[in-house]
This record gives sequence, structure tokens and C-alpha cells, in this order.
Amino acid sequence: MEAATRGCQCHALRAQDERYKRLGEIIAQYAGQPGALIPVLHHAQEVFGYLPHDVQVLVAEGLDVPLSEVDGVITFYSLFTSEPRGKYKIGICLGTACYVKGAAAVLEELKKQVGVDIGKTSADGLFTLEVTRCVGACGLAPVMTIGDDVYGRLTPEDVAGILDKYIQAEKNGKA
Amino acid sequence: MAEYRTHVLVCAGAGCVSSNCKAVEAALQDELEQVGLAEEVKVVETGCIGTCDLGPVMVVYPEGVFYQKLTPDDAREIVNEHFLKGRIVRRLLYKAPQSEELVERAEDMDFFRRQYRIALRNTGVINPEVIEEYIARDGYAALGKVLSEMSQEQVIDEIKKSCLRGRGGAGFPTGLKWEFTYKAPGEEKYVVCNADEGDPGAFMDRSILEGDPHTLIEAMAIAGYAVGARQGFVYVRAEYPLAVERLSMALEQARSYGLLGENIFGTDFSFDIGIRVGAGAFVCGEETALLTSIEGKRGEPRPRPPFPAVKGVFGKPTLLSNVETYANICPIILHGADWFLGIGTEKSKGTKVFAIAGDINNTGLVEVPMGTTLREIVFEIGGGIPHGKRFKAAQTGGPSGGCLTTEHLDIHVDYESLKQVGSMMGSGGLIVMDEDTCMVDIARFFLDFTRDESCGKCTPCRIGTTRMLEILTRITEGKGEEGDIEKLEALAHAIKAGSLCGLGQSAPNPVLSTLHYFRDEYEAHIREKRCPAGHCIALLKFVVDPELCRGCGLCTKVCPVGAISGKRREPHQIDTDLCTKCGACQEKCPFDAISRH
Repeated sequence: MEAATRGCQCHALRAQDERYKRLGEIIAQYAGQPGALIPVLHHAQEVFGYLPHDVQVLVAEGLDVPLSEVDGVITFYSLFTSEPRGKYKIGICLGTACYVKGAAAVLEELKKQVGVDIGKTSADGLFTLEVTRCVGACGLAPVMTIGDDVYGRLTPEDVAGILDKYIQAEKNGKA
Repeated sequence: MAEYRTHVLVCAGAGCVSSNCKAVEAALQDELEQVGLAEEVKVVETGCIGTCDLGPVMVVYPEGVFYQKLTPDDAREIVNEHFLKGRIVRRLLYKAPQSEELVERAEDMDFFRRQYRIALRNTGVINPEVIEEYIARDGYAALGKVLSEMSQEQVIDEIKKSCLRGRGGAGFPTGLKWEFTYKAPGEEKYVVCNADEGDPGAFMDRSILEGDPHTLIEAMAIAGYAVGARQGFVYVRAEYPLAVERLSMALEQARSYGLLGENIFGTDFSFDIGIRVGAGAFVCGEETALLTSIEGKRGEPRPRPPFPAVKGVFGKPTLLSNVETYANICPIILHGADWFLGIGTEKSKGTKVFAIAGDINNTGLVEVPMGTTLREIVFEIGGGIPHGKRFKAAQTGGPSGGCLTTEHLDIHVDYESLKQVGSMMGSGGLIVMDEDTCMVDIARFFLDFTRDESCGKCTPCRIGTTRMLEILTRITEGKGEEGDIEKLEALAHAIKAGSLCGLGQSAPNPVLSTLHYFRDEYEAHIREKRCPAGHCIALLKFVVDPELCRGCGLCTKVCPVGAISGKRREPHQIDTDLCTKCGACQEKCPFDAISRH
């Protein structure tokens, strides 16, 4: 484990990176508490957007748990990811109520429009397509979330228009 | 304190937040200020009122007028007409689905009239972010009573006497759990709340957390006193950020009022609660997996015994119940076990909260006495099936449960009656399905869920659910073979017998239950390659009715694969070999001449 953090230039780069400073604070806050690993990973993912290998190494060292256990926890829970995600996370709910109300057809349309399969990120890095468990908004079924926005009572025809809002916002933001 | 002549309760449950209730509330406040009524009309943001598909909704008191499907533009009319002139805005009232009559007052709606609210007594009534509103409705009085008047044994006896059973699924007597934890040897003990509500379609725990978080805190403190714990944990799913936010806020308030922390009410009793947020694993709703997850590990179940009451979190005796169970505790302490025993059926006392969703007019959250019939829940409270369709089945118990059919509409719903017909109470999700639902596909859907959520520890569950899903997928794609049903049954029994936890033991239930009640649908898929509900795309055939077809040619234009041919003004034909069954032609046909079989 030590070789991974010594020997390379990472230290120098990290020192300038606010995110690693924040990670250090999080680990210090939780170190020594029982059951700290999952809360620390939640915070770390908030800071970095995902959990790359070097972050996993730092968490393992900081909390004094084997790296294998850190990796084991990350792969077990579906909300943790070790790969970067798109700017907007699309979550289509496939809970029972949404499924009964036709979420499968909306998902197919999303795949077509975004051009990727479930769990993948579009080539432009804008969208990651994910299937979520019941979000508890069954009254609005079928439901999808994009970032913090919730869209309910969807039909496949709605998909293109909704995605376009984000694509246009992105274009205008850059222009 | 200012006195208001009118109170407006605006629902801020998750469903209404998603339909933009905050903008409605802001617009209403604006309008009130403009006409100078802000000192007379008070707007209160509440938790889930229950009518989730009608959102955003508000109830105006003292009249009790219920307005639905509001937009910010409606605010001005409500203020000018209702609050200034005293005239109800009729176009915003609820229309009863069957009689099509407008209903003015919430209490006259079938949806509310038939409910009996214990667990949800404050949800949708108080502002969950203001502790004083909870206290004003007898909040923390039960904790005060317990700490000042009752011994630990008396508290446990009262809960035992009430016959309250766990509302998370299995229905284990709550009082016994308290007693086991109390009697378990050890200095350090824990009280844990399972708020990892993962059954798709169940959202009652979420509504309590978001709408009345203090009831949970108070009940956990009472439990802590009774069993001898000084630390509690609430394990809540990460998918419920609003619940986490409101619960955190409530915990802070309780601490600042001295209702949590050291020497509560000046007694020797000290207790505090921490939140643990899940990370997206359904199996963590299983009690031993949940405890492992609180310890920061992979949420894999452990064998029982030892039960959590003996060896729970960090190996210490732990009392573990779900949110709705805790929400019943304070009323039982305040009103007494005898009062609680007067509600419900012989073996299932009290009420149960159901989340009704799917093909139903009134989607939402209802609390009814145990023993209410399925017919009352679906047709009277739920308002029946939309679009004039027929009721086909209702799934209870989520992916661990089974389906109820038309023959079960008159059973009195409680723990025993549901078990008897091959389903279970579960956490209270009730998904209604109409005649267009394919039961084979629903079974496939649930297996897809459990296969994905199997933690992988037990081979029969990990591999067995995969094999079952493969067979079910094959059947819905028209590739079913003779013997598939028998294979499904053999696998189902092996998985149930060979799995450690409730997830594996119950994963085959949806298949066994649909096989029991809808075997003919499986057989039609396998033998006749036909989906009786007209749902499974691979088994559908689109045909043109030559009597109705006028040969307009619209369908040939929309068909993406050129599968439709025919002369102008003459009936057309669909080439089934080329047809991809996209359904575009059926949608486009102005004469309804194209049908799917």
C-alpha cells in the first residue's frame, strides 16, 4: 500500500488539490469511530464525484482498514462507484408502480436518445444513465430524476424534449 | 402569539415536492401579503397528506376544503375568491372518480373518510420542521409519562399487552422483542430503527420520517429506556434525502430541548440517536444485513440465532424495529394497551398503513384498521381502476409477497389472512394491476429485482434466481418449452429451502403465487405462444381488420420497416415476418382497424 502513495508525484499534485485536503478532514473526523467506513465513502464520493483508486487507498490508510475491505464495500453497494460519471445522472425508476405504468418503454427511449446502455456515460460526458429503485414518488409514476430534478407521468415522447433542455443549457453555458 | 382565522396546510411530502408545491406555496404567500391577509391566514407546510397523485394539494381549515393539482397561477384566485370573498374555487376541487361529483371537504372524500390514523396521526397535519407543533399534539408526553411514572418492566408489559406486531413484514410481537433485549445480558445495548424501506411501491416509512420525525425519536427514546440502551441508530436509505434532512433537523431540535442527550427530564436516563445512511442495497432491509451495514461492512446477512436481541450491532444486544412500528408506540403509552386492543382483528391489532399505487385512481398513502377488506381499500378508498378497466390482481409484500386476485377482494386484510392465500403483509406496499397486466411478466419483473439485489452469499439464491429469471425471460419472449413450469417450481423450492435470509427465502414467492392463480397464462405463453394480456411484445401479432380498413395508406407511411402493403382504398396487410411490433401503425390508424393479439 505504501508504494502506491510514495514513489510517485501524486503527493505534490495532491497538496494543491482542495479535494484531497477535504478528504483528509473527513477521515480525521471519523477515524477511530466504529462503523466509519460507509459514512466516509459517502462524503468522499460527494467531494470527488466517484471513488478512484488513490482515494480508496487514502481511506483505507486513514481508517486503518484493509484496502480489500474498502473495495469490497464499494462494489457491494450500488450507490458507490469507482468510475467517473456524467455531469447529469439520469435515474429512471423501475420500481413496481413505475414498471406497471410503462417505465420500461421510457427506459428504451432513454437508451436510444442518450445512446448508451444502463450504467454507462454518454461520449460527451453529459449524461450517465442509471436505473434506480423505487424513489417513493409512486403517485407520479413513471418517474425519472435528472440530477435533483424529478420528472413524473412520463411517456417515451417526453424524453427527447427533457434531455434537450440540459443539452441546450450546456451549449448556452459554454457559448 | 398571533391568532389566525384560517390555516392552509400545504403538503410538502416527496410526491408534492416533485410536483412543485414549493412554488405554489410561495405564490400563495405572495398573494396573501399583497392583499394584506398575511396576518390572518397562516400557511403551514406539512408532511405527506396522502393523496400523492393529486399533488400539489392543500387543505384550508377550519372549513376543511381540499384543493388539488394546484399551480402557482391558482394562488391569486384562491386568495381573492376563497379568503377574501368566502367563495370556494370549484374548479380546483376533487372529483370523485366514480360518481364524478365535486367534493368540497377533505373529510367527505372516500379516501380520507375511511381511514383511522394512528401511525400517521401527525403526518400531513403538522409542520415536521417545527418541534412545537409536535409538542402541541401531545408530543413527548409519552416519554414524560414513561420516565416519571413507569418502570422499565411496566413499559414492556404495556407494549406486550397491546399485541403490537412488527409492521416491517413478518409481524413478530414487538413487546417480546423489547423483553428479549431487556433481559439479554450486557451493559451496552442499542435501539435501532430500520428505515431502509426498499420494497418498490412502499413509501409509508418515508412519509413518517418526512412528515412526523419526532414520533420516531420519542418512541426510540422510550424503547431505549425500556430495554436499557443509551444509544440509538436510524438506518435510512440514501434514496430518501428529504427524510435524512428532516430527521437530522428534528434530532437537533430534540437535543436543544433536552429531550435527547444526558439526563432527560432531569432523570438518570440518557439517550441519543445517530443516523446511518445506506448506500443502495435492498438486502440491508433484512435485519442482520442492516446491522452488518451499520458496522460499516458489506451488508451480508448473518445466520440467526443469535438473534439481534442477544447479539446485534457491534455484537451487543439490539432492539430492531421499523419506522411504522415505532410510530405506534407513543399513542399506546398515552391511551393504554386496552384502547389499542379495541382496533383491528383477533390476532392483528391496530391499523396498517398501505401505499396504494399502480393502476388505481387514488394513488397514495392510507391507514386503515386491520381487517379492512381489499375491496374497500381498492374500490372505495382507492377509487377503483382508471379508464374503466377491470381489476386483475394486487401485489402485497413487494418482491417477497404474492398476488391477490378478484376472488380475494372480500378477505379481511391482516397478517394471517394474507399468509393463508400465499401472500404476506410485508411493509404495506399494495400495487394494483388491471386487466392489461401480464402476470408472467410481473413475476419476471420481481425476479429481475431479487436477482439483482441478491447479495450472493448463498448459492441457491445467487444462482437460482438467475436461472429462474432466464426461464421467465424465455417464456415472455415466446421461447418457453414444455417442462419450464416444473423447472421453475423445483428451483423455487430449492431456493426457499437453501437460503439464509428473508430475501432468498421469499424471492420465489411472486412466481409461485402467480403460478398458483394464473397458471393458464404461463401455459398460454409456453404452448400457444400467446400473451393473454396482450403485453409481451414478442408474442404479439398486429393484424388489420379488413372490414374496418379503408385503405388510406397512413400505416404504410409510418411503418419503419415497410411491413405493410396494399392498394389504395383496399384493405391492407401486415407482413408478420418483417413486422417489428413497434405499434406505430396501430397508433396512427384513424379507423381503429389495426389490433394486437
